[in-house]
Amino acid sequence: MSKTLFDKVWDSHVVHKIKDGPDVLFIDRHMVHEVTSPVAFLGLKNRGLKVLFPEKTFATADHNTPTINQHLPVKDLLSANQLKALEKNSKEHGISYWGLGHEKNGIVHVVGPEYGITQPGATIVCGDSHTSTHGAFGAIAFGIGTSEVEMVLSTQCIMQPKPKKMRINIEGTLNSGVTPKDVALFIISKLTTSGATGYFIEYSGSVFSEMSMEGRMTVCNLSIEMGARGGMIAPDDKTFDYIKGREFTPKNGSWEKAMKYWSNLKTDKNAVFDKEINFDGNKIHPMITFGTNPGMGINISKEIPYADNQNDGIETFKKSLKYMDFSEGESMLGKNIDFVFLGSCTNGRIEDFREFTRIVKGKKKAPNVTAWLVPGSHKVEKAIKEEGLLKILNEAGFELREPGCSACLAMNDDKIPAGKYAVSTSNRNFEGRQGPGSRTLLASPLVAAAAAITGKITDPRTLQ
Amino acid sequence: MAYDKFNILKSTCVPLPIENIDTDQIIPARFLKATERKGFGENLFRDWRYNMDDSPKKDFVLNNEKFKGQILVGGKNFGSGSSREHAAWAIYDYGFRCVISSFFADIFRNNCLNIGVLPVQLSTEFLDKIFKAVYNDPKIELIVNLTEQKVLIPKLKLSEFFDINSYKKENMLNGYDDIDYLMNIKEDILEFSKNTPL
Repeated sequence: MSKTLFDKVWDSHVVHKIKDGPDVLFIDRHMVHEVTSPVAFLGLKNRGLKVLFPEKTFATADHNTPTINQHLPVKDLLSANQLKALEKNSKEHGISYWGLGHEKNGIVHVVGPEYGITQPGATIVCGDSHTSTHGAFGAIAFGIGTSEVEMVLSTQCIMQPKPKKMRINIEGTLNSGVTPKDVALFIISKLTTSGATGYFIEYSGSVFSEMSMEGRMTVCNLSIEMGARGGMIAPDDKTFDYIKGREFTPKNGSWEKAMKYWSNLKTDKNAVFDKEINFDGNKIHPMITFGTNPGMGINISKEIPYADNQNDGIETFKKSLKYMDFSEGESMLGKNIDFVFLGSCTNGRIEDFREFTRIVKGKKKAPNVTAWLVPGSHKVEKAIKEEGLLKILNEAGFELREPGCSACLAMNDDKIPAGKYAVSTSNRNFEGRQGPGSRTLLASPLVAAAAAITGKITDPRTLQ
Repeated sequence: MAYDKFNILKSTCVPLPIENIDTDQIIPARFLKATERKGFGENLFRDWRYNMDDSPKKDFVLNNEKFKGQILVGGKNFGSGSSREHAAWAIYDYGFRCVISSFFADIFRNNCLNIGVLPVQLSTEFLDKIFKAVYNDPKIELIVNLTEQKVLIPKLKLSEFFDINSYKKENMLNGYDDIDYLMNIKEDILEFSKNTPL
């Protein structure tokens, strides 16, 4: 029987099937961070259980860590306590822990691929919805809740009904100034934030096969923002080139054996999806969001739509515009902004810093803009320095912070003040997401760079 | 770890007719710093419920004495966004045992089922009927019957069937959780792990 890529990976990990219930799915890699794990470890303790496969479990600190002065003790006592708990739990259960100050520390979804923990055909979970990022390698990767974290720690399995399958196919060539982030924001604007709920997505077509691994990660990362559990892209030579030789990828004979499995990881010709969607890559433009969910995005040079043209409730739409202090029919271009955030598991990789730097090179940051540039990991930070990007950024008036999730969810001190506008390369523009009362405009690193230079929402193509 | 059993819940309800209520609204990230599952109810809908100076926002439904109950009724796509189980914990800790909507985000629905809060998905039409009924009479009672998979508004003689898979239904009725199940097949899991490709 013809199978999709998703079927192949899922079916090969089913330990047990329950009639009219979930499948018991074996998990190859479990990533753990400080915020969604302490209660799970407490649960283990209460049940008298140990972590079943510590070698398949990887812990890093990222969500609440400061992005300056990481060498000093963490000032926020509650955050410090959570970090200490993760360190203690990791030690107790024999889990590798890349905490604050560790050279491999960084955002869980950035370091996983960097060190080859993320591999094609693997099942990967983490107590974080953006675990979908790892699907870029042809893995089934999705976010889970804390009860499920406890399940995976104790049994290396999770109980999930098999999702339906959706394929999003985009052919064509992307226009200049259009990045993977724009592709994802474009898809979400068409599908809405619930359009893919209940589905697992496979992205296919020339736009994705031409895309870099970093770009694929950005797209898969945002799958959850259309409601999907995850999204994946069939592994190809780009994937294998990326992972080869990384610390946790198979070596020598094991590599050959793994390649045998990986090379079969593509959707069979006659395989059937529950839903297929096609878009034309040539019709995608730089995007920006104007509202309070990631589906409320438009072509940056268009006007904010009218409430009565929306699928979702008119009142909810109006509430959202009121929060943003925007009006229907207004142009987005030229609006003043206050903050720029470059970073997060969506756009905190080296390619994102290269793109940002390309725009700001030889220019100066607008004086009214506060810019937070936060690398996704120490590895990214190191590359920024080694490639000479830091020098260019400094000359343009930007400084680099230390790695972490930072202003994406503002659990640390990196909070956008109430009422202020932030052009952010992160993944969510929910009310107060970046700090109580903050107003988020999601966009690509290019749009963020253009806004940082001009102090206004600007089409980056006009600056190149 | 067993949790409260759920069979029949008879209660008034709290209406929140807003679409796409995300988990950052249910519990903002700055309240996720605990290492124990305690006290999350205090910060349920924190920024909709309180002003910056911690004074209550009078127009928010949780600050409205008229609306009380163990059932929260929300608009379409309830619980979208972050996977934080803290959102479900906050709802439970505040005193809700059931959330009704016309559509739920995936991870949130699972999280609820895993801690003993019943997510009930009804048609848009029936959801609208509930909103109308409760605004008309805040004291109106709903019955959520898990065994029969039905929500009833007895006073208006209205009812609707809802879907839940039989495994999760059994769990909710008996207060079982998934780890109980998985521990029973641990030998199978260990055997399976010997032949995984990665």
